[in-house]
Formats: sequence, C-alpha cells, structure tokens
Amino acid sequence: MENKEKKDIFESIWDFLASVKLAIFVLITLALSSIIGTIVEQKAEPAQNIALLAKFFGDSAAPSVYNVFAKLGFMDMYGSWWFTSFLVIFSLNLIVCSIDRFPKTWRLIKTPQKPLSDTAIRSLPVKKELTFKAGISTVKDELLNGLKASRYHVLEASEENSIRLYTQKGKYARLAVYVVHLSIILIFIGAIIGIRFGFKGYLNLPEGSSSNVLYESPTKSIPLGFYVKCNWYETEYYEGGDTPKEFHSELVVIEDGKEVLSKVIQVNDPLTYKGITFFQSNYGMIPNAVGQVVLDVTPAGGQEKRIWLKFGDIFEIPGTGIRGRVHDFSPALTRDRATGRLTSYSDNMVNPAVAIEFIPPQGDSFVGWILKRYPETGVIPGGHSVKFADYWGVEYTGLQVSKDPGVWLIYLASIIMGISLYICFFISSKKIWVDITGDKKSVSVVVGGTTNRNRLNFENEIDRILAHVSRAIEGRSN
Amino acid sequence: MNSSVFFDISAGAYIAAMITYIIYLVIRNNTVSLIASGITIFGFVSQTTALAIRWVNSYDFWMSSHPMSGFVEALLRGAPLRNLYESLIFFVWSLILAHILIEFKYKNRSLGAFVTPIAAMALLFIDISGTSKEIQPLIPALQSNWLLFHVLLSFLGYAAFGVSFGAAAAYLIMVTESKKEIPYIIGSVIIAIFIIVLVGMGIDFMSLSSAERAELIQSHFLKASLRSASGGVATVSWIISIAFIFIVWQLGLRLKSVLGSLNLTHTMLDEIEYKSIAVGFPLFTIGGLIMGAIWANSAWGKYWTWDPKETWSLITWFVYALYLHARFVGGWRGKRVAILAIIGFVAVIFTYLGVNLVLSGLHAYGSG
Repeated sequence: MENKEKKDIFESIWDFLASVKLAIFVLITLALSSIIGTIVEQKAEPAQNIALLAKFFGDSAAPSVYNVFAKLGFMDMYGSWWFTSFLVIFSLNLIVCSIDRFPKTWRLIKTPQKPLSDTAIRSLPVKKELTFKAGISTVKDELLNGLKASRYHVLEASEENSIRLYTQKGKYARLAVYVVHLSIILIFIGAIIGIRFGFKGYLNLPEGSSSNVLYESPTKSIPLGFYVKCNWYETEYYEGGDTPKEFHSELVVIEDGKEVLSKVIQVNDPLTYKGITFFQSNYGMIPNAVGQVVLDVTPAGGQEKRIWLKFGDIFEIPGTGIRGRVHDFSPALTRDRATGRLTSYSDNMVNPAVAIEFIPPQGDSFVGWILKRYPETGVIPGGHSVKFADYWGVEYTGLQVSKDPGVWLIYLASIIMGISLYICFFISSKKIWVDITGDKKSVSVVVGGTTNRNRLNFENEIDRILAHVSRAIEGRSN
Repeated sequence: MNSSVFFDISAGAYIAAMITYIIYLVIRNNTVSLIASGITIFGFVSQTTALAIRWVNSYDFWMSSHPMSGFVEALLRGAPLRNLYESLIFFVWSLILAHILIEFKYKNRSLGAFVTPIAAMALLFIDISGTSKEIQPLIPALQSNWLLFHVLLSFLGYAAFGVSFGAAAAYLIMVTESKKEIPYIIGSVIIAIFIIVLVGMGIDFMSLSSAERAELIQSHFLKASLRSASGGVATVSWIISIAFIFIVWQLGLRLKSVLGSLNLTHTMLDEIEYKSIAVGFPLFTIGGLIMGAIWANSAWGKYWTWDPKETWSLITWFVYALYLHARFVGGWRGKRVAILAIIGFVAVIFTYLGVNLVLSGLHAYGSG
C-alpha cells in the first residue's frame, strides 16, 4: 500500500516535469524575468541603480526599493539563486519530457509499415483516385517507377485481384526535435564546464612589461604558468579622422626564460597559448609615465636610422651636423580655433606629436612639431626626414584573458542544433499507400498518404508523381 | 556610381505599392492588384541594384584604407550590413523578397496590404531617425568574418518574423467576432503603438535642426511629444495617443468585411504565419544567437555575457520557442498563437531598436 503511494508521488512529479504546461510556464517566466536584468544595470555600483530607480520611484523611495531589489537578487540577476533554479527546471523539463516522449516516437519509427486496403486508404488525410485503361501490371510498374523517381523505397503485397504498394520516407526526421533538446542540454553542460574549470579575467600590461598572473578582480589574481610580455601597443586611425582602424599590441610568451611565441594581436584576432587566450580589449595611458621618443631619421639621400631618446637627449642627423633635441610632446595635437594656440584635445594618443628643437651647424635653431599620423610634417629644410615613430612606454594594453575548456562542446552543440533544427522544420516524415485493383484492361488506383508537416507540399508531390505515371501509361498504350 | 538614387526609387516604389495594395483592398479590382505587384517588383529590382552598387562602393572604400587586403576579405568587410541604416535597408529588402515569394506561391495579392506597410514604416524610420547614410569606416570590433553571416541570417530571420506578424494581424482581424476579445485588443493596441511611436519620431524630426537629427534616437527620442519637458505638450500627446489607440481598436474590425470578401482565408493566413516562423526560427537561432555568440567569443573571449542585446535576442527566442511548443504540443490554436506571433515580432523590434533606443537612455550602452 505504502509502496504504491510512493510510486504515485514519483509518477506525478515525473508527469509534472514532463508536461507542456510546465514548458510554457518556464518559457514565459524566463522571458519575463530576463527583462528585469536588461533594465537594472547588472553588477553595477549601487549609486548607479539608485539613480535609475529614482526615475521610476522618486528620490526618497529609491534607496529602499533598491534594497528590496538587491535582496531579490536583481542586481546580479542571471547569477541569482532563483534565476538559476528556473534554468535548472528548464533543463529538467527538457530532459524529462524528451525521455517521456521518446519511446512513443521510437515505436512509430520502428513499427513496420503495413499495406492498407482501399477503404483504409480512402480515410487518410491525403487521397487521390484514378482509373486507367491499361493492364494491372503496367500500372503497377509505372507507379513503382514514379515513386522510385521521387526516391521512395517501395514495398508491395498482393491480394486476390489487387496489388498494394506502401512506402515511407524521412521517418528518422521525427528524432530531430529530440536532438535539438539534447543540443540545448549540451550547451548547458559546456557552460558549466567553462565556469567550473575555466576562468575569465583581465590584464593591463604597460609597454615593455610582463606578467605571470591575470586578475579576476583588483584583489584576486590567477597564475598563468608562464610570462606574457607586451612589446608595444598602438592605436591606428583611419586617415582624415579619429575613427580607430585597429587596436593592436605585440605580445610575447616567455616560458622558463625563453621566448616561445610572439604575435601581434588585434580585435577579433587573439593569441592563444596552453588553452589561455589573450584578447585585445582596451588600452590607456599610464598615469605620470615618462617614456622614450622613437624617431626614424633619414638624411637626404641616406639610410634610415632608428633612435630612442629621453627628454633633453641630443641626437644628430647622420652626416649633416644638424643636431636635435626633444622639446615637447602632445598626445593629441590640435590648433585651438578661438585662440590659434596649439593644444592637446585628448589625454589619449589620438594625434601624437613631438616638438623637436633643431640646431643647425650655422644659423639659428628652430622648433618644429612632427605628427606621427602625418609623416610629411617631419621633412625639414635640406630634404632630411625625421619621422615620429612612437612615444614608447606611456601606454598600456588592456587584455581580456580567458580559459574555457567547455567552448568546444558549445560549438559542437551549436552545429548539432543548426542541423537538427533544419531537419526538424524542413524534412517531413511521409508515408504513402497505394491500392491497385483491376484486370488486364481496366484498373482503378487509390493513393493515400500521411505526413507530419507541410501537407500542401506533400499533396503537390503526390499529384506530380501521379501526373507523371498517367503520362507514362498513356505513352505505353499509344 | 551612387546607390542613393536607386534607394530613393525603391523607397518611393514601396510606398506607392503600399497605397496601391490598400486601394486594392477597398475596391477589389484585379488590375489594381497587378499594378501593386508590378510596382513592388520594380522597387525590389531597384533596391537590389542599389545594394549591389553600395557593396561595390564599400568594397572600394575598404580597399582604399586597406590596400593589402585580398578580394574575399574586402568583399566580406564591404558587405552593406554594417550599421543601422544598412541593416534596416536589408531588412526591407528581405521582407519584400519574402512577400514576392509568398505572392507567387499562394497566388494571392491581398497580403501585400499587411506586409508593405511594415516595409514603409521601416523606410520612414530610417529617414526620421536621422541615422547616417554615409559609408563609414569599419571600427575594429566589426572587422570580423562573422559580421556578414551573422547580420545576413539574423535579418532574413527578422523579415520572416515580420511576414508572420503581418499574417497574424490579418488573421486576428478575420477571425475576431467582437471587439472585446482579448487577442484582438492586444493586437490592435500593439499596432496602434507602432504607429504612435513612428508619428512621435516624425514630430521629433520636424522639431529638430538638421545637426540635432543625427542624435534623434540617442537624445531626442519622443522629446517633442510624449516625453516633452513641457507638461502641457506631454499631457496632450498622451491624450491624443490614447484616443488613437481607442480609434484603432474601434475601427480595426471594419477591415474584417474587406478581408472576408477577398479570396484570403484564415487557414491560409494561419499557415503563412506558422511557415514564416518555421523559416525564421532556425535562421534566427543559427544566425542571430549562435553566430553572435561565436563572434563574441572570438572577439572578447566570452560567448555569453547577458548584456541587454544578447538577453533580448534570447527573450525573442523564448517567445518563438513558446509559439512552436504551444502550437504543436500544447494544442494552442488560432488566436492564441497569433498573439504570440505578434508579441514575438515586438520582441524582435525591441531587440534590434529598443535596446539601443530605450535602454541606452537609461544607462550608457553604445549605439552600435
């Protein structure tokens, strides 16, 4: 008695988890609750969301509303216990309903198709009747040809004075929906693997420096197991404007004191070493940093030479006797329209320029601004050229660092999902039955069929096959 | 060669086609419907030409700043699907393509009156949103091979959802017996809100200087009417809007007799509604969600971050998944699923425009 009751409880839980009602409820709940997290800014400073809530609830009520929302987990909603619970119920529902329904579908696939009598065929959703003035074997042959041409594998059974054909196609397409469900579960598993065994963090590397850790938060570091060094960072701009064309940095991987890998990374083109991937994410200026000016100096008709200078260092354009000294630097040089004076319009290196004081062997010294993005500004009297290559050591590259051993599973599941969704919607499972009754002179044919989707197309297909068969039979008798 | 002439011709043609289709609904003359189809096809050819020219131009534009690029790379980077303007244009193109296909398949020209207005509204939106029509240099994040496929498939999916929206709206009008039926009320209110937002943006557009128009979406959205700083203007706007919703709800059912007398049947509309979703759902899942996630992973190392854009596309996916399950295993039929088709398209629009429009006003997401 007690045993039976237990079983009933189990059964009713099972039925609940397998029910369509639960699926509809979970889908609606997930959709509606997801909206909250797109309005309340996630993982933000409290002040930000209090200001946001003040727009809806007024200044005085906002802090207490915030506290209630925070208690409900709205400030980090997608990681909250209740949202996670809904995702768990969603997965359970997917798994249980698939297990619950699968045996029925499998039986449907595995049960052999049986021939049907003409009366049974007439009761099918799709049916056609035809008569021919031809022999029964001719009609049968042409029907077989017609069905084979449409890639049906036909079976036949003979009765007293009738022949019955039956065939089916695409029966395994019925499984596609289960594969779609499975792929969603695989994506969840991939995500869990990523969370459990992977990490995500960031690393800001100044030009010329290296690190063997990354940061999950300002206080929590994770060891890399090797060193990564940033040789240089650079923002490239489109000509004639300040639209960035590319952000790139040269990274070097150093393991046991040896360089093992080096790559110039850019957005959409990261560096991966030992499963850890470094993505170009952002950049910035190191506060109060003093760097070195890198110049490419070419005397008229001579060879280019790269020189590195600190402020105040003196260099010479080889063989000319012209000396120069770094006088000033601007990260973003422009001329102020109102005052006509030179000024910097940004703290970032949007339009870097260096002022060089040139000291010719004879005559007065002069100061010229050389702009990195406009190399023609570096041509000085005499045809000598001084190109401003970089102001090195003042920028850092901002890297996203991640290790995700679950991502391959996500990709695999995505491919499976794509294919099975296609099968699910566009391949139908079709069955056709034919009854041919008659003698050597006149024959009547009843054709019927079922399909699990796209009935209109299925009817057209049968019409096409029958039209083809009729033409072939007429052709024979003529 | 400049593509804008051909774009203007196609926009004019689509609006003319919309008017002609509506005339056809009223006077039911077959010649009028043929003219409407003809204008639509003419507009489509013109728009296809415009897209091709723009692609060639943006290919050259890419090559001029990246002379070392190969042919395929420049072709991918030059695909005209790179900003709000280009994607909306492509949406209209896909929608009209779907419409032409359905007209041929079902030999019925009445659905045009429900699909061409969506295209016309999108075109109107492009003009009054002040979004830039120039070919712009591609910022680093967009320089990915995924851009073309992600946007292409997403928008083909959106267009299919748009068709199902049109079919569902027509279906609801056909099967509704009384104005008090809840599905009809929801449907008519949603359609009225679409029109109100568009008219509101039109008023914004007219009240702004041409320099301010570029910022219409970000800074001036409905500020000249419903969200006006002047309490009087706002109040009047709200009263007019509510009155308008009421009128649409009152008069919408008059279309029923018009539709009934055409050879449109509600089974056909129901089928178009479902089939469009059957086409749109896989396209959107693969192109929108999956490819978007793969792209995010290859650019930032995170395939899913629950940012509002991602979340809203997931919400859209939930709504259509709900539609399919309610219809095929839940036994929902007719009006109940038609409402889901309408809500689904509202989610589509919110995913594409609302996230940038409404949520960016609340906090600082980019306008990308």
